[in-house]
Amino acid sequence: MTQAESIVEIDIEPAGTPTVPGGTTARKNTPWWLWAAAIAVLAPVAIPVLFLFARAFEATDAAWDTLWSFRTLRLIGRSFALTALVTMSATVIGVGGAWILARTDIAFARVWGVLFALPLVVPSYVLALAFVSATGPRGLIADVTGFATPHLIGLPGAWLALTIATYPYVYLITAAAITKIDPALEEAARSLGASPTRVFRTVILPQLRPSVGAGALLAALYTLSDFGAVSLMRFDAFTRVIYAQYSGRLDRTPAIVLSIVLILIAGVFIWGEQRTQGKGSYFTRSAMRPPSRYHLDTVQRIGATTALGVAVGIGVVLPVAVLVSWLVRGTASGADIFIPWRAIRGSLTAGSIAAVLAMVGAVPIVILTVRFASKKTRWIERGVFTMFSLPHITIAIAVIAFTIRYATPVYQSIVVLGLVYASMFLAQATSAAKASLLQVNPALEDASRSLGKGPIATYFRVTFPLMAKGLLAGGALVFVTTLKELPATLLLSPPGFTTLAVRIWSAADEGLFARAAASSLILIGVSILPVYYLSIRSKDSLGV
Amino acid sequence: MKDILISASRLGVSFGGAVALDDFSLDVPAGSLVALVGPSGCGKTTALRVIAGFETPTTGTVSIRGVFVTGDGKEVPPEKRNVGMVFQEYALFPHISVEENVGYGVRGADRVQRVHDVLKLVSLTGHGSRFPHELSGGEQQRVALARALAPDPDVVLLDEPFSNLDAPQRERMRRGLRKILKGAGATAVFVTHDQSEALAIADIIAVMRDGKIIQTGRPDDVYEAPKNPWVARFLGDALLMHGTVANGSVHTALGDVDTPLPPGTLVDVMVRPEWIAPHVRDSGPGKITDREFYGHDQRVEIQLPGGELVEALVPTRNRMTVGDRVSIELVDAIVYERAADSLL
Repeated sequence: MTQAESIVEIDIEPAGTPTVPGGTTARKNTPWWLWAAAIAVLAPVAIPVLFLFARAFEATDAAWDTLWSFRTLRLIGRSFALTALVTMSATVIGVGGAWILARTDIAFARVWGVLFALPLVVPSYVLALAFVSATGPRGLIADVTGFATPHLIGLPGAWLALTIATYPYVYLITAAAITKIDPALEEAARSLGASPTRVFRTVILPQLRPSVGAGALLAALYTLSDFGAVSLMRFDAFTRVIYAQYSGRLDRTPAIVLSIVLILIAGVFIWGEQRTQGKGSYFTRSAMRPPSRYHLDTVQRIGATTALGVAVGIGVVLPVAVLVSWLVRGTASGADIFIPWRAIRGSLTAGSIAAVLAMVGAVPIVILTVRFASKKTRWIERGVFTMFSLPHITIAIAVIAFTIRYATPVYQSIVVLGLVYASMFLAQATSAAKASLLQVNPALEDASRSLGKGPIATYFRVTFPLMAKGLLAGGALVFVTTLKELPATLLLSPPGFTTLAVRIWSAADEGLFARAAASSLILIGVSILPVYYLSIRSKDSLGV
Repeated sequence: MKDILISASRLGVSFGGAVALDDFSLDVPAGSLVALVGPSGCGKTTALRVIAGFETPTTGTVSIRGVFVTGDGKEVPPEKRNVGMVFQEYALFPHISVEENVGYGVRGADRVQRVHDVLKLVSLTGHGSRFPHELSGGEQQRVALARALAPDPDVVLLDEPFSNLDAPQRERMRRGLRKILKGAGATAVFVTHDQSEALAIADIIAVMRDGKIIQTGRPDDVYEAPKNPWVARFLGDALLMHGTVANGSVHTALGDVDTPLPPGTLVDVMVRPEWIAPHVRDSGPGKITDREFYGHDQRVEIQLPGGELVEALVPTRNRMTVGDRVSIELVDAIVYERAADSLL
C-alpha cells in the first residue's frame, strides 16, 4: 500500500513543468540554410542600424557639436527623469496590483484582473490625447462641470499617460511570476510570525526580483522609446526632438547622432537590468495548490478596491468617456466626422503584412534556437530582443538613411514598412512560437524522419501544425502592436498611406479632438479582439 | 494525564464538494510527538494546515493552551499563532543564507545566540553562511526544522517530513528528528502516509481515513489492538479470516478463537504473522512451502491441510526449512464483528 502511494506521488510531482525535453536534444549538424534563413530575417533592420553607426563617423563637426551642446545634455536629463518616474510608478502600481489580486481575498479578483490589464489596449498617445483634451481651463471637464482642473501637459502629463500605458506590462509579468512562487514559502514566513508586509518585503519581493526587473525594464524602454505621448504632451524627450530634427532640417545628421545616443541609452538600461539580477538561486517549484489569501478587513478592502478602481478609472473609463464625449459633441456641432476608411484600410494592411511577415520570419529562428540551441544561436535571440527594445524612431531613421543611399527603389515603400514592423515586433512572434515548439516532443520529428520524410517535409507535416497555435497567437500580438505603432509609421509611410495611429496623432496635434476621438475608438475596438483572444489563451498561466 | 496543549474539536473542511475533514477531533498533550497517519488524500495535511491557520474550517474549533485560535467566532492569522511548521518541500527561502532562514522568526537581542544554538541542536554548526541550494536534502530538512524551532513555538507541525529523502537518509533522520524534538522539549505533530514511520517515532499515533480519525493511542496499543480490520491492515501485515460464531468461539483454519459475541454473528478474525507460532513436528498438519530469512527473524509460508496459505513471522532460533511439517500455535487473534458496509 505504501509503495503504491509513493508511486502515485511521484507521478504528481512534476506538475506544471513541461516533461517533454523539447529543447535539450543535442543534434550535431545544424542545416546551413536554417542559419541563412535566420540571418536573413534579422538583416533588414540589423544592417541599417549598423550602417547608422558607420554614418556617425562621417558626421560633420557641427553635428558632433549638437551632441555636446547644453541643449542635448538637458535633453538626456529630461528623458532620464521621465523614464525614472514612469518606471517607478508603473512598478509600484503593477506589482501592488498583482499582489492584491493574487494574494488577498478581494472580491471579484478575476474581473479586476481583466480590467486592471485593460489599459494595454489603449495606446499611450490616446491616453495623452484624453488627458490633454479633458483637463485645463479649456478642457472637457471644465466645459462640462465649470470647474477647471490643472492642465495635464508637459512632464506631469507624460508621466501619468506613460505610467498608465506601462503598468499593465509590469502587472502581467509579475502576476504570472507570483503564481509560480511556492505558497509554502509565504506560509513558512507567516508561521514564523511575519506580518503581511514583512512577508511581501522579505519573501515575495526577492522571489519576484527577476520578473519585476524584466517588467520595469520593459516600462523603461517603452517610455524611452515613446513618441506619441511625449509629443502630444509637448514634453521634449529624446524621441520628440529627434523627430523635430529630422523633419525640420535638410541636414539629417543631428537626428542620426541623437538616434545613436538614444540607442546607447537603451543599451545601458538593458545592461543595467542584467547586472542587477542577483546570483542566488531562484528555483521555485510551480505551485501545486492555490495559496492561502490574506483576509482583508473592511478598511483594507475599501482601500484596495479604491486603488484598483482609480487605476482602471484613469486608464480605461476616463479615456473612453472623454473620447465618446468628443465624438458626441463633434457630431452635434456639425463637425465633419466621417469614418476614416482610408486609415482603417491602412492600419489593417500594415497589421496584416507585419503579422504574416513576423510569423514567417519566426519559424526559422524558433526552430534554430529551440532544436539546435547553442551559444551561437543565443546571439540570434539577442538580436531579436534588441530589435524589439530599440526605440522605433531610431530604427526608422536608420532604415531611411540606409534606403536613401543603397536602396532608393524601395525607399518609403510598403514593403520596407512591413519589414520594419515585422522586425521590430518579431520577438512577440518568436516567444509565443518558441513556447509551443518546446511542448512538441522531438521524438515526433524523429518518427517522421524514420518514416521516410525529409527534414523539410517533416517540418511542414509535423512541426508546423503542432506549433501553429503558438505562432498564430504571436501573429495576433504583432498585429495589435503594429496597429498602435506611430513613429516608424510616420517616418516610413509611402506617400498617401495613412493609418489610424497617424490620423489620431496628427488630428490631436492640431487640436481636432473630435476627429481624433473617432479614430481612437475604432483603434481600441479593433485591437481589443485579438487581446481578448490572447487573454483567454493565457488566462490560466497568468492566474488572474 | 499531561496537559493538553492543542485541542482540535469536531473540525469540518470541504473543498468544493470534496470533504477533507469530517468531525475531526484530536488532543495533543504537551511534550508529546503525535503522528497523524493515513493514506494519501485522507485529509491529514488539511488537518495540519487548519491547526497552523492556513485553512479555515467550516465547522469546529482549535485551541492552543486553552485559547481558541479557530472557531468560537475567532480566526487568529497564522503569524499570531506561535505554531512552527516544517513543510513537505521545506520551503526554505532560496535567496537568503541558512542563518538568515533560521533567524527569520526570531526577534530580540539574543537572536544571533539563538540561531547558533538551534543550528547546533540540528548539528549544522558551521553551515550558517551557506545557501539552501548548497545543502543536501537531509541538511535542508534540518534547516527547516531549526527554522521552525528557533522562535520557540508552542508546537511544531511537520508535513511528511521524510518524503523528500532517500531511504538511507530517511532511516537516519527518523532517529535524529525524534532526538532533536525531544532535546528541544518540543510538542510536535507530524503527518505521514508511512505507517512504519509513525509507529517508529511517535508517542501517540492517530490513524485517519476519509477525513476522520479512526483510532488514537500509543503505537503499541493501536498496533496490537486495532479498532477494525482496516486499521489492522493499514498498520501492518494482517491475516483476515471469515467465520461465524458458534458456542462462544469461531472456527478458523488456524484453530478455534474464543469470543463473547452471540452465536451466528458473522465475524472477521485478524491474526498478525508474528502471532502464528509454528513448531516443527513430523506429524504436524501444516507444511512450510516458502521461507525468507531476514537474520533477526524469518518469514515462512505455511500450507494448511485445507490448502490455504498463511504467513508467519518466526524468531530465527526456531530453525525451519522448506518442506518441514509444522504444528501451529495461535498466540493471539482479534475477532471483529463484520460490518454490513465493510470496505475491505
